[in-house]
Amino acid sequence: MIALLIRDLRLAMRAGGGFGLSLAFFLIVVVLVPFGVGPEMSLLSRIAPGILWVGALLACLLSLDRIFALDYEDGSLDLLATSPLPAEGIVTVKAIAHWLTTGLPLVVIAPVLGILLGLPQQGYFWIVLSLLLGTPALSVIGTFGAALTVGIKRGGLLLSLLVLPLYVPTLIYGAELARRGTQGLETGTPLLMLAGITCAVTALLPFASAAVLRINLR
Amino acid sequence: MSLWQYANPVKFLHLSGKIVPTLAVLSALSLVISLYWGFFLTPDDYKQGATVKIIYIHVPSALVAINAWFMMLVTSLIWLVRRHHVSVLASKAASYVGVVMTLVALITGAFWGQPMWGTWWAWDPRLTSFLILFLFYLGYIALWAGIDDPDTAADLTSVLCIVGSVFAVLSRYAVNFWNQGLHQGASLSLDKEEHVSDVFYFPLLLAIAGFVLLFIVLTLVGTRTEIRQRRARALLARSKG
Repeated sequence: MIALLIRDLRLAMRAGGGFGLSLAFFLIVVVLVPFGVGPEMSLLSRIAPGILWVGALLACLLSLDRIFALDYEDGSLDLLATSPLPAEGIVTVKAIAHWLTTGLPLVVIAPVLGILLGLPQQGYFWIVLSLLLGTPALSVIGTFGAALTVGIKRGGLLLSLLVLPLYVPTLIYGAELARRGTQGLETGTPLLMLAGITCAVTALLPFASAAVLRINLR
Repeated sequence: MSLWQYANPVKFLHLSGKIVPTLAVLSALSLVISLYWGFFLTPDDYKQGATVKIIYIHVPSALVAINAWFMMLVTSLIWLVRRHHVSVLASKAASYVGVVMTLVALITGAFWGQPMWGTWWAWDPRLTSFLILFLFYLGYIALWAGIDDPDTAADLTSVLCIVGSVFAVLSRYAVNFWNQGLHQGASLSLDKEEHVSDVFYFPLLLAIAGFVLLFIVLTLVGTRTEIRQRRARALLARSKG
C-alpha cells in the first residue's frame, strides 16, 4: 500500500503529472471572479469564502480523471487488481494520493488567494480549517466518480456531471463554515457536519468505489 | 405465485402486455376528468385566483418525480442482489419518466411562483433539492448512455443510484440547513394538503392517481421496449456470429 502511495506521489510530482495544474486553475478561477463581478473590495470580501470553496472544488474536479485513467490505459490498473492488495485498498490509496497532491496544496494556497479577494482577518483560520476538513471528502467522492467512469472513453464531462451533485452537501457545509467563521457567527453545526461527512465518506465510500472498479475491470 | 416469476422476461411481457392498455385508459380517464374538474369546475382561490389550479399538475408531478427515484433505488437493489434483468431495465425506463416529471414540477413551480412570490426562482430548500434531484437524474441517464456493455452499464448505474440516493437525502438536509441560515424559516409553507379545502382536494387526489397510473404505464412500456431492444441486439449478434 505504501509502495503504491509513494509511486503515485512520484508520478504526480514528475513533469506531466499535472501537479501544478490544479493550483494554476484555482488561481485563475479566483482571479477571474473579480473580472466578472467587479473590483469592489467590500463585495469581494463578503463572497470570498464562497469563491475560494467553489474554486477549490473545481480545481479538485479537474484532476479527478487522472486518478485511474493513466493506469487504466497502460494496463497497470489490471496488474494492481490482480495483486494481493484488495480493490478497497487501491481506491483508498488513490484517494489519499489525490488528496496529498491536489487537496493539500489547495488548502495551503487558499489563504494567499484570500488576500486577492480581501478576505477579512479572522477568515483565514476558518477557510484553512474548512478546506482542511472538506477536501478529503472531495477526494474520496471524486475517486468514486473516477472509478465509475474509468472504462469510458472521453469520460471527463460525464465524470463532472456525476460528481458535482455528490459534492453538494460537502460544499454547502464547507462554505457555510467558512462564511460563518469569517463573519464571526456560531460555527458548531457546520463544523461537526462537515467533519461528519468527511469521516462517513472516507469510511464507507471506498467500498462502493472498489465494487465499481471491479465491475469496470471485469 | 410469487412476484419473482415476473422477473422472467417472457412472463413479464405477457402480463404487462395485458394490463398496459387497461392502465392507459384508466390513466387517461382520471387525468382528463381531474384536470377538467380542477380547471373548470372548482372556484378560484380567494387569495391566489386562478393560479391555484397549477396545483393539479405541480403536486402530482413532484410526487411522481420523487417516488420514481425511490422505485429506481429498489429495482437497482433487486438487480444487484438477484440479477433480474427486468428489474434494472425497469429502473432505466423509470429514470426517463422521472426526469421529465422533475422538469415539469420545476417549470410549473416557476409559473406558479412568478405571480405568487413575484419571482420565477428562489433558493428555497424545496426548490433547491428538486434541482439537485434533477441533476442526479441527468447523471444516471448519462451514465447509462455512456457505457456500451449492457451488463456493466446496469451494474454501474445501480451502484450510482444507491450512492446517489444517500447523497440526495444528505443534500436535502444540507440544503435545509443552508437556507435556514439565510432566511430563518422560509415564508412559503408547501404542506398544502393540510390547508387545502375539499373543493380542491378531491380533484387533486384524482390527478395524483392519474399521474401515478401514467408513470406506471410509461415505465412498463419503456421496460417492454428495452427488453425487445435487447432481444433484437442478441438476434443480430447471433446472426453475425
